[in-house]
Amino acid sequence: MLTKKVKKRILFLVSIVFLTAVSIFFIFKVLNDNLLYFKTPSEIKKDENLDFQRAIRIGGMVKQNSLSATSKEIKFIITDMKNEIIVSYSGAIPNLFAEGKGVVAEGKLKDRNYFIAEKILAKHDENYMPPELKKNVK
Amino acid sequence: MLSNLGIFSIVLTLLISFLLVYNSTILFKKNNQILLQKIINLSLSQLFFSILCFILLIYGYVSSDFSLINVFQNSHTSKPLFFKIAGTWGNHEGSLLLWINILVIFSYFFLIKGKNYNINFRLITLIIQNFLIIGFLLFLLITSNPFVPIYPVPSEGLGLNPILQDPALAIHPPLLYVGFVGSSIYFSAAIASLMTNFKGKEFANSIKTWVLISWVFQSLGIIVGSIWAYYELGWGGFWFWDPVENASLMPWFVITALMHSVIVLEKRNTIYSWVIILCLLTFILSVTGTFLVRSGILNSVHTFASDPSRGLYILIYLSIMVVGSFLAFFKYQQKEIYNFSLKSKETFVLVNNWFMLFFLITVILGTLYPIFLEVLIQKKISVGPPFYNILIIPIVIPFLIFMAIGPKISWIKHNSVKIWPIIYLLILATILNFIIIYFFGSYSILTNLIIISAIFLIINTLIDLKNSFAKKGDSSFSRIISHLGFAFLIFFIGINNHFSLEKDFNLKVGDKVKFENYKLDFKDLSIKERKNHKAIIGNFIFLNKMTGVEEKLFPEIRIYDQPKTLTYEASIKTKLSHDVYLTMSNIERSDYYNIKFQKKNFMIWIWLSAFIITIGGFLRLFKKN
Repeated sequence: MLTKKVKKRILFLVSIVFLTAVSIFFIFKVLNDNLLYFKTPSEIKKDENLDFQRAIRIGGMVKQNSLSATSKEIKFIITDMKNEIIVSYSGAIPNLFAEGKGVVAEGKLKDRNYFIAEKILAKHDENYMPPELKKNVK
Repeated sequence: MLSNLGIFSIVLTLLISFLLVYNSTILFKKNNQILLQKIINLSLSQLFFSILCFILLIYGYVSSDFSLINVFQNSHTSKPLFFKIAGTWGNHEGSLLLWINILVIFSYFFLIKGKNYNINFRLITLIIQNFLIIGFLLFLLITSNPFVPIYPVPSEGLGLNPILQDPALAIHPPLLYVGFVGSSIYFSAAIASLMTNFKGKEFANSIKTWVLISWVFQSLGIIVGSIWAYYELGWGGFWFWDPVENASLMPWFVITALMHSVIVLEKRNTIYSWVIILCLLTFILSVTGTFLVRSGILNSVHTFASDPSRGLYILIYLSIMVVGSFLAFFKYQQKEIYNFSLKSKETFVLVNNWFMLFFLITVILGTLYPIFLEVLIQKKISVGPPFYNILIIPIVIPFLIFMAIGPKISWIKHNSVKIWPIIYLLILATILNFIIIYFFGSYSILTNLIIISAIFLIINTLIDLKNSFAKKGDSSFSRIISHLGFAFLIFFIGINNHFSLEKDFNLKVGDKVKFENYKLDFKDLSIKERKNHKAIIGNFIFLNKMTGVEEKLFPEIRIYDQPKTLTYEASIKTKLSHDVYLTMSNIERSDYYNIKFQKKNFMIWIWLSAFIITIGGFLRLFKKN
């Protein structure tokens, strides 16, 4: 027969372990649901099983002379020097968003060549380039 | 000249640090009063020379001495004096020097303020603190020397990144650094405490003030940084789960947990080992945060100084620190007896700690998981804000409830928890919540729960406040202020989050747009030449058709020459009930301007509530025991 004190302690330990396990499991589940994969236009071209429902990030350079704007949206082309993808976007553009500069767009693919962005991220560094692109340019 | 002087005083500081370690070790073996005085003098001269280094560097910036690479790269003669001075710590090398200065300042004051404590405890603390100082001095000399000369001397500097030329950002790094680096002293003290068996209440007493100081400064630093991001980066919000923001939040969770636990150790002489772990963890996470930010692993606003060799050095340093401190912990740790019942204040403090650790684990995983995944499977991913929102927001609800009940519970054993007052107050909070809904419109169930629990905490804390005034010499006043600040913070975040309005447009000069009950009119553009930049200023009129109130807004696009950069300056009209926020950016080869409009409810109250939290800390600091 276990004493009351030992029982209490076991109960305490079990509940701690249980709570920790549940929270870690929960955290990982939410984490996996909210991962945003980063892809370049070339990777999208190659990718066999694209998920058009899931938000992704695409990165590259804003192609020269590709930017156009209407009152509704901004259109431009993201290129990684090999392949490119058209991006349509209506929303706020950040500092340092310009042709010939690095850009990361977050949103969903409409098809392999057309991307609807919900957010545009640019880095607060005038020389920023997505890491993959650095290799290609070099 | 300046370069030589600077390097000379760095080396001298390093030398004194070695002497301090040497003398303290000798004194540790044989008690000798003369030697103690010598150590205090050495510590004072260490303080003198490390501050001298910093003053020399500031002088280099003020006098625009471009013979130093560091000044050349980060300053410019046309910069206003204030930003020349602030530029000293606006870069990696200078900020590292500031870091070392704070290490030394804390080391000195801990030594002279701790006269009543065990001499061996003070000496070991000093030795460990000086190991930390030596490590960072070597780091400074090897990889990031701010006094490296350049020849031939350039006639003009490259200038400071314009987004860093801002009063909030001038004070943000020093505040945050005092908070981060201040935690070094109780890291050292924790190890010393283990080694010299100086523990329990006395140990809690010796670190209490330092924990409070670093907590206050860390909190202030985070708030100021957040305000800066709000108006300067054009992010238009108060928190974005940006990796760098997260890096500053990680130690904050632990230090907040520590601040609560150290009271338990002081009053009840229990959970000693846990306090030690928190002490170690706070500084380790502070250095980890610095490593993440400085190494360029995290791509963010702060990665202006990425250099792999620096990252590697900090990583090695960090590993030694982690392994060393935890070896010490397991070697000297002793068995402890815990005697408090489940229904006691001790348990509630541990519940607070449990929540803090949950928040910490969430933020660590969200921030570090992408890095691990990239290394492991070569996939680039990022974790979006929904991750944090899903995990943290629901947990805040029980957290607030516990926070309201906890302080009322007594130490050791609380006989009967009265259920009815809690239920009455919960009902009252729910009614108040529905009154808000009645006047402002409805919101989601989750927001309802958040608002209810926040109001519940507000009411409870106000009752505590009333009781605290009734009792003379009550010590809970500072706690009440901080908790009240936190309750209001969550309350206003909930309201703000739900009722804010955000719209983006592409507009030409002369365009008008209507949305909901508002009208935005893009009148015209003007150009202004200023001292160090040219500004394109938009002239907007924002009309609220319901109230007929008109606001004039002037967002700017600034073109800087030194260095060549474009920045967007938000135009913000702050009122008690809401902020109107407008940024304007140009779109290349088009007449359209990209306009981001936001109406943020109760924005100023979010900042105020956050400041109130730190005011509580200040009050505790100045309260005489």
